[in-house]
Amino acid sequence: MINRLDLKTVLDWVPEGCSVLDLGCGDGAFLQRLCNDRHVIGVGVEIDADNLISAVQKGLDVIQEDINDGLNCFPNHRFDVVMLTHALQELTHPHIALARMVQIGKQAIVSFPNFGHWFCRMHLGFTGRMPMSRAMPRNWYDTPNIHFCTVRDFEALCLELEIDIIERATIAGSGQHLLAKIWPNLFATSAVYRICRSGQ
Amino acid sequence: MKPDLSAQSVGLVTPQVAHFDTPFQLSNGATLDQHQLIFETYGELNASGTNAVLICHALSGSHHAAGIHDATEQRPGWWDLAIGPGKPIDTNRLFVVCSNNLGGCDGSTGPNTPMPGTSTPWGSQFPQPQVRDWVRSQKLLAEYLGISRWAAVVGGSLGGMQALQWAIDFPDWVEHCVALASAPGLTAQNIAFNEIARHAILSDPDFRGGNYLAQDALPVRGVALARMVGHLTYMSADGMSDRFGRELREESFSPDGDQERVFQVESYLRHQGARFSTRFDANTYVLMTRALDLFDLSEGYTNLTTALSRAEANFLLLSFSSDWRFAPQRSIEIRDALMAAGKAVTCANIQTDNGHDGFLLPHQTYERLLAEWMQRVGRS
Repeated sequence: MINRLDLKTVLDWVPEGCSVLDLGCGDGAFLQRLCNDRHVIGVGVEIDADNLISAVQKGLDVIQEDINDGLNCFPNHRFDVVMLTHALQELTHPHIALARMVQIGKQAIVSFPNFGHWFCRMHLGFTGRMPMSRAMPRNWYDTPNIHFCTVRDFEALCLELEIDIIERATIAGSGQHLLAKIWPNLFATSAVYRICRSGQ
Repeated sequence: MKPDLSAQSVGLVTPQVAHFDTPFQLSNGATLDQHQLIFETYGELNASGTNAVLICHALSGSHHAAGIHDATEQRPGWWDLAIGPGKPIDTNRLFVVCSNNLGGCDGSTGPNTPMPGTSTPWGSQFPQPQVRDWVRSQKLLAEYLGISRWAAVVGGSLGGMQALQWAIDFPDWVEHCVALASAPGLTAQNIAFNEIARHAILSDPDFRGGNYLAQDALPVRGVALARMVGHLTYMSADGMSDRFGRELREESFSPDGDQERVFQVESYLRHQGARFSTRFDANTYVLMTRALDLFDLSEGYTNLTTALSRAEANFLLLSFSSDWRFAPQRSIEIRDALMAAGKAVTCANIQTDNGHDGFLLPHQTYERLLAEWMQRVGRS
């Protein structure tokens, strides 16, 4: 059972039998699902010891590392797919991680909450304070989300880093709405991208 | 510490001895015409032989890894923490083997056993073994026991190096490989500490050039000092502060102030040194530390990655955050080489003040992680 809509998209996008690196794999539930449903050869990266034990319990191989500075241990082209789901905004240097991800993996799949969503804009515009919601319940000073971006920000960064966008899926609330497809930066609550290095 | 006779102990165990009469050549060219290995086993080998786990001991370890030898024994085997029914290396379903390395002093052929055809101990004449010799000798033991493949080879520190060597030298023999607090080779600092330890032993007048047993002497001062230095490097500064602080031994405290004041940590080290000096053979200590110094996992290969490319095992690497003897970075070197070689590896750094000794001491995260990972061993 996958509750997060971005993960449903990822599940659709990951090819059968490929090798996958899941950055910030948590308790490994999703990676295990990929192993079962897509027969991938999965490796997780996780910093939290309890999460790591849960993932190992599921029979997964996990490397305990900080995504912020631990991506150099993987050689180039080591994986078919490198995933980073809803963790981009927690990284110290998202641009460095992204650049590295498309080197380690032939492709990368990235999902993140879209800060350009109309609700965030309204919240900031009318209250003059940093947006908080059910999906983002923490105050600005103690949130792990230190690098929020919008759909347009992300695509601009890809251009700058010479990363090609292969595919984009947008999610609005409970599904993939038409409005989010037409005006993602305004109506998508989160976005999922399949990317690779330019010229791949 | 009372012996653990609870349901989680392997209980009373009896060491066994395997004799080998065919000549065994060591890496340095020397040949042992015959030799023996002392070992213990826990649990039962299954009919298909798929549940055998080899435990490799560290510098001062022995074949006695778990359980007790008799009801009066005060301390169980050196890794009783991890081996037993329901423990991380679960003897309810795994057949566990631990042998004393060749050159050891606990019953395998070594400096304190007689040279063939004489009653004189080998002493300084015993040839220098290397880690890969131990691996080859353990393969003979496996064949003797009717084992054709290890479900896992497991070890900490020097034992971890040996487990890794197994995975490279006999890839089709090792299904899983566990290296705890290990390294692909010693650093200059490590070798320096070993040299201090050897110097302490060699400069003890009672060492008698290594032939102390034949001359009815025992270099207890040298061995004790070697152990004190070694033991110090197995602990972390924070761990020592927590455990000893600046506490004095009670009996050393005198209101007059002219009696010698002994800190708890001094008393502890003296005790460790003294106990070790009568238990452990000085020549063995010299041989084992040299084997450590000589160990180079990538020897014979262009680099560590090409060496580990040979392996077919799934790996577990655990380091301990406060270990400065075999620092976490050393495990990371192995991890990165395994990753570059495309091998399956799980790697974690246990947060602890226990230092290098971390792999021998109780720690919830460590024990849980080891137990969960070991679940995949012996399932095929």
